Amino acid sequence: MSNRVLMKGNEAFAEAAVQAGCKYFFGYPITPQNEIPEYMSKRLPEVGGVYLQAESEVAGINMIFGAAGTGFRTLISSSSPGISLMSEGISYITAAELPCVIINVMRGGPGLGGILPAQSDYFQATKGGGHGDYRLLTLAPGTLQEATEFIMMAFDLAEYYRNPVMILADGFMGQMMEAIEFKKVKLNYDIPDPKEWAIGYMAERGKRALIKSLSLDPEMLEKHNQKLQEKYRRMEEKEVRYESVGVEDADVVIAAYGTTARIAKSSIKKLRDQGMKVGLIRPQSLYPFPYKPFNDLPDGVKHVLVVEMSCGQMIEDVKLGVQGKVPVSFYGRCGGMAPSVEEIEEAAKKLLG
Amino acid sequence: MSFYREMIAAGFGGQGVMLLGQIVAHAALNEGNNVMWIPSYGPEMRGGTANCSVIVSDGEVASPLVSSPDVLIIMNQPSLAKFVGNLRKGGILIYNEDLVTYDDPRDDINIVKVKANSIAMELGNEKVANIVVLGALAEAADIASVDALKEAVKEILGAKKAHLLEINMKAFEKGQEVGKQHVAQANS
Repeated sequence: MSNRVLMKGNEAFAEAAVQAGCKYFFGYPITPQNEIPEYMSKRLPEVGGVYLQAESEVAGINMIFGAAGTGFRTLISSSSPGISLMSEGISYITAAELPCVIINVMRGGPGLGGILPAQSDYFQATKGGGHGDYRLLTLAPGTLQEATEFIMMAFDLAEYYRNPVMILADGFMGQMMEAIEFKKVKLNYDIPDPKEWAIGYMAERGKRALIKSLSLDPEMLEKHNQKLQEKYRRMEEKEVRYESVGVEDADVVIAAYGTTARIAKSSIKKLRDQGMKVGLIRPQSLYPFPYKPFNDLPDGVKHVLVVEMSCGQMIEDVKLGVQGKVPVSFYGRCGGMAPSVEEIEEAAKKLLG
Repeated sequence: MSFYREMIAAGFGGQGVMLLGQIVAHAALNEGNNVMWIPSYGPEMRGGTANCSVIVSDGEVASPLVSSPDVLIIMNQPSLAKFVGNLRKGGILIYNEDLVTYDDPRDDINIVKVKANSIAMELGNEKVANIVVLGALAEAADIASVDALKEAVKEILGAKKAHLLEINMKAFEKGQEVGKQHVAQANS
């Protein structure tokens, strides 16, 4: 209790990264995530790190590519259109198998869109915004507390898998203030020392490190892809995370992540108070997606309602999980509009009949 | 019954409504509650209304959206039109009487009128108008205690702005007087 501090989401994200050992940040301003670079510009020099404002998002992600190659912990953040600009670089970083953490504080799109909260980058984050057969380990925190813990964990995951990890937040989370207790989060994984693969350290290692994403020999490139795919299968085995609330006796299960799941929790409480049995499955990892809880829904569940701040993106994965066993419906708002507690309540009531 | 209070504070940019909301959140946190503060950050800020929402609860704060607040702080005229219809029945409206006129007020809410700008001017700095309103809120609403709110003002001013502490405390106390009058009238 006494260690709780009231912080704005963006600042808390940045502080969590610093506490996880992040030393480099290369950002470019965009609302609603500007407090992340602002905070890093002040904080990183205090811990012997470097903050540099890049001249563009494209430059920023390529600076991350370089910095990640040295084995130091790196962070980059942006909001939707900025992440689109970084997508080429993200593909390169996954190809080169380098760790880094990317925070997307989503705003309404498409195009330059608006500056208000949205969740319309689900496809981009989980199905690949850039080219090639790559995956981003994508975490979707629900509260600011969870976000700080996920960000600390993300640095470990990125190093363990040598793959970028994306934190998919939204404008609400970036702008809101909540009480946060910074806990030391450390995964109990056998994380290889970056000296084994990073540039430099030649004396210790006895051989050079070659970091690249170009691979002109098709057989070699196919092999490299197979290696990456094997890694993604390991993520799918090990990194699925979700929260399940009141699903056991539910007639209707709501599927939602991030801020939308918070709103849905309030709707569910109201519905339960009226005697209606509604549960929630809240994916915390979007890639790998928690298909199993949807596949294993109790027999009593008659309907799944997916709620998003988008026109319907996560619903495709929910349907893959449900496999047609029960109908899957959708309620969404977009463009910076959020579904209200009452709207979700109404949408669920319609399904309850 | 668990404790759950929602507040919206609205006014022109520069009137200190964001800070007012943050002080309430700080105070409530120090009292051991869970809190959530969120600003409106839309492009309508310039020339229009700026507002923030605060939720205080002894349990989980789930939805961060405030649609029908228990407490409404209104610092300028456009904000009144925008929010007064949403105030929960039986809720408390505290408005800045210097800049807001409310003809034909709702009869199902409690209304506290504060001459925030005049009082602040008398104290010598119009900028403390928000703290005058905070003082009134401390007495009229139960979202956070008087002591916790006072402490939060001190905490937020900190060492850097210690020279402003005296005028802020005076502003707070002047606001308390208005709030106390309201409570006395409501009880009589």
